Amino acid sequence: MNIDKKIVDDLVANDVSFVTTVPCKQLAGVIEEVENRDEIFHIPSNKEDEGMGLCAGAFMGGKRPAIIMQNTAIGVTINTLATLTQFYRMPLPMIISYRGELREPVACQVEMAVHTKALLAQLNIPTYHFHWQKDVEEFDNILKYTFMCNKPVAILTDANFWGGYGDQ
Amino acid sequence: MIRSEILKEIAPILNPHLVVCNIGLPSQELHMIDDNERNFYMLGTMGLSSSIGFGLALAQDKPVISIDGDGSVLTNLGTLPTIANNATGNYTLLIIDNGSYGSTGDQPTYAGMKTSLTAVAKACGCENVIEVQDKDLGPVLQSAIDSDEMTIIVCKCDSGNIKLPVITLDPVVIRHRFMEAVKA
Repeated sequence: MNIDKKIVDDLVANDVSFVTTVPCKQLAGVIEEVENRDEIFHIPSNKEDEGMGLCAGAFMGGKRPAIIMQNTAIGVTINTLATLTQFYRMPLPMIISYRGELREPVACQVEMAVHTKALLAQLNIPTYHFHWQKDVEEFDNILKYTFMCNKPVAILTDANFWGGYGDQ
Repeated sequence: MIRSEILKEIAPILNPHLVVCNIGLPSQELHMIDDNERNFYMLGTMGLSSSIGFGLALAQDKPVISIDGDGSVLTNLGTLPTIANNATGNYTLLIIDNGSYGSTGDQPTYAGMKTSLTAVAKACGCENVIEVQDKDLGPVLQSAIDSDEMTIIVCKCDSGNIKLPVITLDPVVIRHRFMEAVKA
């Protein structure tokens, strides 16, 4: 199974047509796939809170948005999630590279990983953790759930899900 | 002129269009001067007026004006390269540059010192950047809205605030009626 293609196929099938991204090595394939799809307008952001602003505007303009980012962004975007996305009740699937989990080679990434789920829980953000490749099967249902309830929803995808980092 | 005087003067120009208005006093002033369903008032999230308005402009065809402030743009400077590199003709960014953080007590911003947001916007790749003095804003804004090209307006004005109440509209109501106006 090509996970990158499966994720973007599900986005398209759920009418997600506006995607903003902040780069990540693990998510590079998904970002490339997003860029290549005619059904999706891809707009890279310089920072994740900026991206959430773009998504809020796109949603009010009638598009279904999504953001692709690293878990470190949770530390950057708490105010935006609380006072924009949640306060105005907007849907936002957040496809998140869960750095600092099993098979992570960079120690500093663990420092935000240990806070990630606690912060999402504190914000009452529905959170799903993809650890095995088969977990991606739930992605379609998660997207439907997100646009049903008009909430930000986090999909944490760790290194094991992506097949590790090779020989680092 | 101070910001509230500017907003009073340009309210008839803004009225037919979708407006995303900056947090704090700018939204409160616009709400007092000309509340209507085409205004999206930001009640939180300083810095994102330009991003929200730009996302809206990219998602549909109607003209969109983001009203921002110099302090707020400084908070989200990354917005300018994004806007420049994805320009859309139905978008106008109006930066009301009074050189101060008005909503928090008029503390000075760097835009009132050495930093020129006009030069920053140009350096970020924005092609139509117009710096204008407060009293001359009306016609410049009207032609930016009428134009097929995206425009960034930096309106230099005095700092100063008027006393007025906070917005008590529920955020979901603001969002819902705004989305209905977008669809209309």
